[in-house]
Amino acid sequence: MNTNTRSSTGIGARVPRLELQRLLSGRGRYIDDIKLPRMLHVCFVRSPHPHARIVSINVEPAKQARGVEAVLTAADINPRCEPFVGVALHRPGHRSAPQLLLASERAVWQGQPVVAVIADSLAEAEDAAELVAIEWAPLPVVGDQMQAIAPGTPAIHPELDDNVAFDFSLERGEPAKAFAEADYVIEEEFRFERQMAMTLETRGLIADFNPGDGSLTVIHAHQSPFQMQDVFSRHLKIPEHKVRVIAPDIGGGFGMKLNLYVDEMAAVVASMVLGRPVKFCVDRLESFVSDAQARDHRIKARIAFMKSGEIVAMEMDDIAAVGAYGMPMRFNVAEGMMAITITGAPYSFENYKARTRSIYVNKNLIGMYRGVGMPLACIATELLTDLAADKLGIDTVEFKRRTYRPKSSLPCITPGGQRLETVSFHECLEKLVELIDYDALRKEQRKLREKDVFRGLGIATFCEQTAYGPPYYGPSGAPISTQDGCNLRLEPSGSVRCVTSLTDQGQGTLTGIAQIVADTIGVSIEQVGVIGGDSSISPYGGGAWASRGMAIGGEAALRAGTMLKHNILALAGTITQTPPEALDIIDGQVVNTRTGQPVISLADVGRIGYFRQDTLPPDHDVQLSVSASFVGNDKMYYMANGVQASYVEVDCETGFIKVLGQWAVDDCGRVINPLLVDGQVRGGIVQGIGAVLYEECIYSDDANLLNGTMADYLVPMADEMPDIVVAHVETPEASTKLGAKGIGEAGLIGAMGSVWVAVNDALKPFGARVRHQPFTPERVLDALARARSGRR
Amino acid sequence: MTDLVGHEDVDIEATLNGKPLKRRVKARQHLADFLRQELELTGTHLGCEHGICGACTVLIDGRSVRSCLTLAAQISGKSVDTIEGLSQSGRLADLQKAFIERNAAQCGFCSSGMLLTAYELVSTGEAASRAEIREYLSGNMCRCTGYHAIIDAVEAVIAARTAGARQS
Repeated sequence: MNTNTRSSTGIGARVPRLELQRLLSGRGRYIDDIKLPRMLHVCFVRSPHPHARIVSINVEPAKQARGVEAVLTAADINPRCEPFVGVALHRPGHRSAPQLLLASERAVWQGQPVVAVIADSLAEAEDAAELVAIEWAPLPVVGDQMQAIAPGTPAIHPELDDNVAFDFSLERGEPAKAFAEADYVIEEEFRFERQMAMTLETRGLIADFNPGDGSLTVIHAHQSPFQMQDVFSRHLKIPEHKVRVIAPDIGGGFGMKLNLYVDEMAAVVASMVLGRPVKFCVDRLESFVSDAQARDHRIKARIAFMKSGEIVAMEMDDIAAVGAYGMPMRFNVAEGMMAITITGAPYSFENYKARTRSIYVNKNLIGMYRGVGMPLACIATELLTDLAADKLGIDTVEFKRRTYRPKSSLPCITPGGQRLETVSFHECLEKLVELIDYDALRKEQRKLREKDVFRGLGIATFCEQTAYGPPYYGPSGAPISTQDGCNLRLEPSGSVRCVTSLTDQGQGTLTGIAQIVADTIGVSIEQVGVIGGDSSISPYGGGAWASRGMAIGGEAALRAGTMLKHNILALAGTITQTPPEALDIIDGQVVNTRTGQPVISLADVGRIGYFRQDTLPPDHDVQLSVSASFVGNDKMYYMANGVQASYVEVDCETGFIKVLGQWAVDDCGRVINPLLVDGQVRGGIVQGIGAVLYEECIYSDDANLLNGTMADYLVPMADEMPDIVVAHVETPEASTKLGAKGIGEAGLIGAMGSVWVAVNDALKPFGARVRHQPFTPERVLDALARARSGRR
Repeated sequence: MTDLVGHEDVDIEATLNGKPLKRRVKARQHLADFLRQELELTGTHLGCEHGICGACTVLIDGRSVRSCLTLAAQISGKSVDTIEGLSQSGRLADLQKAFIERNAAQCGFCSSGMLLTAYELVSTGEAASRAEIREYLSGNMCRCTGYHAIIDAVEAVIAARTAGARQS
């Protein structure tokens, strides 16, 4: 790294994204913008019932409809694909029924695909889908997790005996004794409704099976082309070197486009059956009933503490409804496991007890979504510690100062099993307190309460596991690579071409990679071209998920840059008859490090290296293309952290909540590009605010989705959102040269925690607590009414 | 089979991105599909197809319109501007530059609609507070940026344009 000659576009610089002019001119190329010759369109007839037996299917009228090429059912599609069993092998006892592509005998969630209609245009496919006649016999529905585990409730999948997918407990120290002997115990119940990622671009792909050579190319709006290359090869029995997965521009992912979807697989099978390209893009209603959903937890949590202010124990009991099957490759146990293992991580305590259960219900599958279980841990921890501080009569900031794990205790393993090495809780807190002018805000809050204006201030500390590594995915049995790679090539003209295994759904990952490459070699960013997202041309890798792009892919880029620089200097040394150790590259020129004088341009190195090898000594081995991969073999994750604050006002007459201010102090290790990092934080924060205040997939008791439009599923819009102040503490990851941790999920995790605490802080004068997310006006008013009638 | 509603043809004459357009369209085809599928103007995006998200915003006679709620047949006799035309003519250049400098776009899927709604606002030539900008853009969903950077960008362009207007 050229730390002494850092350019305005290198590591740490606020570099605008390289692809933005293109995206802002309407010249992005998203999946639905792409047409292939002879391309067909598929749409699916889906189950309108959460649980029903298929009595008969009549596809004949649809087959006769205008433009229709084929109408395919389970009998046509399912035998072509190895079933999925969404079970994590490293979680003993985790189980799922096998999942087939199309429902054959019965459907187990509303929205499960049943029939594929393929036509010349999407409109014709949709017209014909209306003509498919399916006779259904509705079956008893398991609507939620409490019903699912109640005695006598039938198992959704009879072969599993009951509806429990996973039941895991952990205990550290002596929690029972600690709770019994504590001066105080506070217990709360939390409820988190289902929500969606709600990417603005829905899911989609174009599958192009070529019968001529048996190859499959899939242009796929997916965060991990390598994962899908493996899945297509393994489950469709195509040799892996004949499968190519290309990610185009993608209109948002947030983890949702990392999951595996049976309708997408069925579209690929349709291309194989028909030998033609097939496009599949879900519409918005389909996205509501088929995109992997998130959350749906009911949690009981307790904290035990002493008059001295010491926390002596915590306890978590989580019950999650995970849908009708286990999510293949990405596992529906992740939210619950993260929730119970990260709870309490920032605080000193030794005794812990936790249990999580994943429960099958007749709903769409739960999968990956930004934050996974981390916000649940943050919320439970921060609400309980805030209440504990109140009980002790200590200011909540002072309580945090006293009970955070001290730097001197690092590295350590928390009772939940988290490894903390380079976290910076105290530094982040002090910076935040200064940033928000804490005492002044508290004073204002007190004064306004006298005028019946109820404002709340919430502060939330969080840990963010980033860049999940091989110790997690390796033993899981899922063929998911946690390495990433980078190819670099010096072009003859002296510029640099980079191919990364990463993908970019808007984070700016490719720009960050360009900065690292430019900085490491010693050229400006304008001299670096980056492409990513093609499983056939880059080193093997993971892609974009778990806040890992910069941490893993960035380190690979740094290592590749170091290699290419070494080779360039070796060649420059030979050309100029100078020892390579005496040379460096600055601003695209090879310079003499002693004199600082340019000795040869990269353009001349490239020209000679590619076209005039005849002028070089016969034994000089020219290597101007290099490849590097990186993974932290022993790293389960890197641990980022931060603190956020929310200042809210609750209208206690109407129940409406307004977020007046939001502040974040984040430590994601080395910041490669503050402009992009702040964008990740702010975007995550707004999704977090949306989750706490607005977003809910509303289901009837018998699992019918009631709000399948964007008019009824509320997401944050500009006028409801506050300005957001972002600041940083930089504690580099110690195990890499780059030192970056991840930033993708921090904003959401901290904001969910701070808004939860802030709203409940505002309600303290009433003795009311709202614990059912989202905090709709109705739920706020219910909480106030409960408090008035003496209930909690 | 039954006849499907809307399959009859309609002839339209309109102005698209400053050039005359004569076409025969299906009565049922909405403007966004017409732009994207027939004319391959794929810069206009579809996020919800029911008028909520604003991704498909275009200008008709200078006013922002949801092209998913407009039939192609309805543009006859009108002037339509899309992201492609407004980019090529340079009319969005100051907004685009401000968006790029402030990272006011991530995935880019909302950007066409966001820019066109913002263009309608800044074209009024009037000053607007951050709260007013937020309200004006509140029909355009962005799932990525958290809006802050977008508000910054539009605020900067309004400031520059109103300052320019005062000087001239």
